[in-house]
Amino acid sequence: MTQSGIYIAILVAAAVSFLVRTLPLTLIRKKITNRFLRSFLHYVPYVTLAVMTFPAIVDAAENPVAGIAALVTGAVMAWFNAGLFPVAVVCCVVVYTVGLIG
Amino acid sequence: MRKVILRGVRDGLPIGLGYFAVAFSLGITARNAGLSPLQGFIASFLNHASAGEYALYSLIAANAAFWEIAAVILVTNIRYLLMSTALSQKLRPETPMIQRMAAGFCITDEIFAIGIAWPGALSLTYLFSAFILADLMWSAGTMTGIIAGNVLPANVVSALSVAIYGMFLAIIIPPARKNKVIAGLVAAAFACSFAVNRISIFSGMSDGVKVILLTVAISAIAAALFPVKDDEETGGKAV
Repeated sequence: MTQSGIYIAILVAAAVSFLVRTLPLTLIRKKITNRFLRSFLHYVPYVTLAVMTFPAIVDAAENPVAGIAALVTGAVMAWFNAGLFPVAVVCCVVVYTVGLIG
Repeated sequence: MRKVILRGVRDGLPIGLGYFAVAFSLGITARNAGLSPLQGFIASFLNHASAGEYALYSLIAANAAFWEIAAVILVTNIRYLLMSTALSQKLRPETPMIQRMAAGFCITDEIFAIGIAWPGALSLTYLFSAFILADLMWSAGTMTGIIAGNVLPANVVSALSVAIYGMFLAIIIPPARKNKVIAGLVAAAFACSFAVNRISIFSGMSDGVKVILLTVAISAIAAALFPVKDDEETGGKAV
């Protein structure tokens, strides 16, 4: 692609990303009162994050055993309310260490 | 105000560190597609979406038409429509349009997650301070990846790439411990996601489409079976 083509491609992608991210936030300006919709939106964050986490965490590690070890360690730490950063760091260390052994 | 900014920086920094590592490997793809360090920085700052950017660089490398790029970005980022809808219920109804657009621009998987975890009506100061730090690190990571290429060994990149999933666990597991419905949903989501990712009939589907279909189906079933009372909702409370 030409230099100007690359810039246009970046701007096209940025514009589509911006619209997808901002349309609901700007169009839905009131509290939704429908109980089904409220419940649905209440559950969406947990479900979507869970769907994105597994099996992706296993596939992200080069060694699947390391990925499973990171998942279990991270879940146990999170159960005991360790914060975002400690859980993230320990997951990385687990994958690195298991990778060295395996 | 200062305390809220500091809290945003505190939560944005680990996200940013994970981003830097992921963006670094993304930068290698961008470099192969012919992007300059500046182009990589701009593309990452404006798009800040890993799957979407990966697709963008592949399409640039393939000399794809602009409408194709628009269509692929729409599909890979369609889950942000749902996140934006959920986040709309965390904002005060009187929030001005320009702030709503700015909050929408901030949405990534991780920034959305910490925004939802904020108790009561979302503080935009908190959201923006976490986002700006994380997005700058994301953009810097892409730029560094384009400049430095393959200096990090593969096992280090592999280890760093799980940081984001560790953060997701830290967000979804504590509420699951307190609430049996959420615990069941997390387990069901893991099982369904595993099935959809391993069964070959779904292999033609992009990851973004899989995420949105599973999220809509599982959340809708849960909403029908376990409607929440107003006081249970994260979005229902004012500060």
